[in-house]
Formats: sequence, C-alpha cells, structure tokens
Amino acid sequence: MCNRGEGRGVRESVNATNDMAETRHGGDPGLAAALAADLDAGFVELFGVYRHVVFSTALRVSGRWADAEDLAAEAFLRAYRALSGYAPERIAGLRLKPWLLTILLNEWRNRRRAADRSPPPAPLENVPEPQEQAEGAERLAERHETSRELAALLAQLPERQRLAVVLRHVAELSTAEVADVLGCPEGTAKSHVSRGLRRLRELHSSPAAGSTSTSLGGAS
Amino acid sequence: MSNQPEPLPPELAGLDELTVAAPEGLFDRVAARWLRVPGPAGDLFVVFTDHGIAYVGDAGAGDDAELAQACHRRLARPLVPASKPPAGLLPALRSGHGAKLQFDLRAVSEFDRAVLTAAREIPPGQVRPYAWVARRIGRPRAVRAVGSALGRNPVPVLIPCHRVIRTDGALSNYVFGAAVKERLLLGENANLGEVRELARSGVFYLGSDTTGVVCFPSCSHARRITAGHRHGFATLEGARAEGYRPCRDCRPDVAEPA
Repeated sequence: MCNRGEGRGVRESVNATNDMAETRHGGDPGLAAALAADLDAGFVELFGVYRHVVFSTALRVSGRWADAEDLAAEAFLRAYRALSGYAPERIAGLRLKPWLLTILLNEWRNRRRAADRSPPPAPLENVPEPQEQAEGAERLAERHETSRELAALLAQLPERQRLAVVLRHVAELSTAEVADVLGCPEGTAKSHVSRGLRRLRELHSSPAAGSTSTSLGGAS
Repeated sequence: MSNQPEPLPPELAGLDELTVAAPEGLFDRVAARWLRVPGPAGDLFVVFTDHGIAYVGDAGAGDDAELAQACHRRLARPLVPASKPPAGLLPALRSGHGAKLQFDLRAVSEFDRAVLTAAREIPPGQVRPYAWVARRIGRPRAVRAVGSALGRNPVPVLIPCHRVIRTDGALSNYVFGAAVKERLLLGENANLGEVRELARSGVFYLGSDTTGVVCFPSCSHARRITAGHRHGFATLEGARAEGYRPCRDCRPDVAEPA
C-alpha cells in the first residue's frame, strides 16, 4: 500500500514517449522530499517536471497563448507561496499534479470573474478571434494539422466538458483526479469527459455545425 | 481503478498531442535570481526578476541562506543563483547614477513607490530633507511616513534613500545602519560636514549673488559659489524676498506651502 504511488508511476512510465512526459502520479515522494529539504531547489525541480503540463492545460483552457503564459506563471507562483507555508508532512501528502492544476483553474476562474466585471469577454464556446487564431497557428506550426483542428474544436465545447477533457486527455489525470480538480463526484467527471469526447467527434465529422469555417476559409 | 485513459477514437487521437512545450521564459516569470556584487560600501546581495531589480541586501549581514531568507520575507518568490548581473547594474554602482536601472516594485505600496521615485531624482553626492520628499510627492504633511517608506526601501543603495537626511544635517536611520549611510554619502563626496555646519548656524539654503539662484547647500551649483558671492538663508521666502529664484536642478521650491 505504501508504494502505491510509485507502482503507478512505473506502470504509467510506459506511456512516457517523449521528453515532455512527466511523472504521472500525484504523490511524488522524491519531489516532496526535495521540496521539504530545500524549498527553492525543490521548486526548480517541481517546475521542470510540471511546467509543460501546467502550460498546456492553461493554453487549452484559456485558448490564448499570452493568457496561458500569465496563468501558468501565476499558478506556479501561488503554488510556491502555498508551499512555503506548508509543513513537510503536508507537502509529502500532496498529489502535486492535480494540486497544481487546481491552483491553475482557480486562478483562471478568478481572472475570468474579474474580466466579466469589466468589458464583456468573447463567449468561451466561440472559436478564437482571427488574430489570436493566427498567433496560435503560428506557434503551433510544427504540430500536426489534426492537433490544430482539435484545439479549435476543443474551444467550442461547453466549459465543464472542455475542462474535463483537457484534464483527462491533455494533462492525463485519472478520472478520480479530474473529479478532485473540478470538485465534483467521479461519476460526473467521467460523464463530462465522455460527453465532451462525443461532442468533439460530432464537431469533427461536421465542422460546418460549429463555426470552424473561418479556418477552412483561411486555408483556401 | 485504472489511470490509463480509455483509448481515443482515431479522429480524436491528436488530443494527447495538444501538450505543448512551456515557453522558455516561463521560469523567469515565477522565480527571482540573486548574485553578490561589490558595492560602494561593502558587497551587495542583489535579487532581480524579469521586471527588474527587486531586492538589495547587505551581503555582509549573513551567509547566502540567511540573505535569501530575508529576501523571501519581502518577495515570496523562489530564488536561484544568477549567472550574470542585470543590465546596467555594474555601471550604476560605479557612477552612483541609477536612472537607467529597471526595478521590480510590484510588492511595494503606491505611497512607498512614490517616495522611492522621488528619492531616485537626487543626484549622487547631494542630500535632500525628508520634508522635501514629502512635498515632492504632494503629501507635505507626511514627513514621518516618508521616513518609514524610505526605511522599507527594498532596493537600498540603487534607489538612493541614503540621500534623504534630516534638515539639520543629521543622517537619521538607514536600512543598513547609519554608519553605512555616512560612508555612502562621503563616498559620493557629499559635503555633509558643511551642510551640518551651515544648519547649526541656521542656514538651510545658499544663494549666489552672481546668478541670483538659491539652492540646497549640497547642490552642485551651490558648491561652486565662491565665498564672496555666497549668501545663506534660513528660509526660501527669505531668499525670494532678496530677489533670488529657486534652483531648477535641486528644486528647493518643490510644492512649497503657498
């Protein structure tokens, strides 16, 4: 029982196919020990392990590169400030990945709430605006065409489904962890994921149903 | 319970490729970097972020860990060693002119930031009274609060709070101790002795009868006045009454009470 996290890490490391793969288990005893021993040195390690997943999640949730940078930076800073007030036992008990992503999503919600109070934002279900899409496309130039298309489709999902799909399939959390991060029962998280995937497939097979015609128009 | 995501349908197989590499500069938006540099009165522990210099400590006051801890209380950011000093730091330390330095004062209150901005205007080798800073920021009665704000200066030496002293020439407190304040000012060739001597005889402004300009006694223009043309004044009104106009460089008249 005591090496549960470790065992899971080993099983999942089969999935680690590129340098962006990070430890896929929440409780990382080595990292927690490093953080408890020397917070700053441990934090550098934590950042190295989780920066890609935190940034990718921020990008897929916010849909904008600049917002994702702000969000990811703020989430890591908040994480650091929280850790500096935690006792070593508390750090040791943290499931770092879902914990970081919870901080990230809280920050994203806070910002959106603040933005809602000022000028009206573009509805999140909409495809990113042309200049943002251009920026995103440029940054993602080397990514597969399918990924680019999927990112645009993802932006059209209702928020709950989008978050669930991103946490499950981009951040690769377990459904239990998705439920924790979203603060809902596991069954609900599961159904958000599967409904999200179903909706994505529908959007994929009939792009005209959504408003992806902009990207098609741009290609012609 | 399996943690393995269920296999994605082929048309959605690209989902797990939506992971992108975090941008290079992301770490520097979170962390701060530190290094030790020789300063005008002992080594300095300088900490900077992507916004600019955020903290300066007296490097003689402790080892790296102690200095880092003192900095944490102010900044609350992870600290990592820097490989090179921030742009302009070494020239600024050599010349005493920090006008081109970038500072990260995000953790500083609006009032304190205004005080520090006013302190930055004081050239090397010159001093201004606390009351001048209070007038400069439009808060003429907040003299005591100005003193407290300068005492909280997170970037001493580089933002020269040491150039703010009492009207009578007494140095008053300093973040790194009054002795360091004196060394810094003498190192910049400030005429502290003269300022104090004049203050003892009730002189706080010096005018030149050749230019008709009145200055603070530490102003570079005041120090060029030859003995025969030099006139001391207790108040600016007294100087004005004799036809002197306030210096446009040291600005003794800044927001003076009407």
